[in-house]
Amino acid sequence: MLSLTHFLVLGAIMFSIAMAGIFINRKNVLILLMCVELMLLAVNTNFIAFSHYLGDSAGQVFVFFILTVAAAEAAIGLAILVVLFRNKRTINVEELDSLKG
Amino acid sequence: METFVFYIFSAFMVLSALMVITVNNPVKAAFFLVLSFFASAAIWLLLEAEFLAIILVIVYVGAVMVLFLFVVMMLDINMAQIKRGFVNNLPLAVAVAIAMFVTIFFVVGGESFSESVFTIPDRHGADYSNVAELGKVLYTDYVYSFEIAAVILLVGIIAAISLTLRRRPNTRHQKIEDQVAVKSKDRLQVVKVDAQPKKYEPAKEEQK
Repeated sequence: MLSLTHFLVLGAIMFSIAMAGIFINRKNVLILLMCVELMLLAVNTNFIAFSHYLGDSAGQVFVFFILTVAAAEAAIGLAILVVLFRNKRTINVEELDSLKG
Repeated sequence: METFVFYIFSAFMVLSALMVITVNNPVKAAFFLVLSFFASAAIWLLLEAEFLAIILVIVYVGAVMVLFLFVVMMLDINMAQIKRGFVNNLPLAVAVAIAMFVTIFFVVGGESFSESVFTIPDRHGADYSNVAELGKVLYTDYVYSFEIAAVILLVGIIAAISLTLRRRPNTRHQKIEDQVAVKSKDRLQVVKVDAQPKKYEPAKEEQK
């Protein structure tokens, strides 16, 4: 039978893959945004698994709010990306150094 | 049976996530992300979170990923330049991912989350409604957070529109405020004309 450990390990695998994706695709902002979405998916899976095994729907409410914020974040992030590309003609992170940070 | 379903969809989820981070083409990455979301929705269904599983498909696959695809197609990305350094970063990425997984596994992999501690809950009956249960807490205990979430979405809309809005100087467009504020005396001029004696012209026969 499926125990809570199965779902938590699945969430851990997904989170690690997304983390590796951020390291691999360091130059492409678009893939970085997708990796952030994957991370949020892993975290949401954990929340829902705990909600199911504890019999408490608060975890699902939390996932609901995370989905809301993630949708807004994706919209604003992509808007910033479009403006960035319009002004600089690139989305390579290493060329975005005009702030000299 | 449940275990079988779990492993099938977990395999889909993990493999498509791996494809997301390794494929060259961002369009393909977006499609694999869609597959990953679908498999994840199936896993959520297994956990009896039906409402959130449907929301994941509708909002993420239907809206956010379409947004991603639109942006991918609007940007003209030089992939050869972007992909340089891919192989250089690979060992570091694998090392970090394995280290992170091992540390998380130390916490979640032991006996602390096993069946003996978290007993497997009974399945709900056919008359159970996940939407109703979620709605009850969402509109009572979490109603303020719910309204704040709505405001966040509104802020997201306004921010995204105002960021990408481009005002070009020489376009011709209506000025609504000027059109509304106009008075009749701005447009209509009454001219006083002196009366003229009317000339009599006999009607010709062709005009009838």
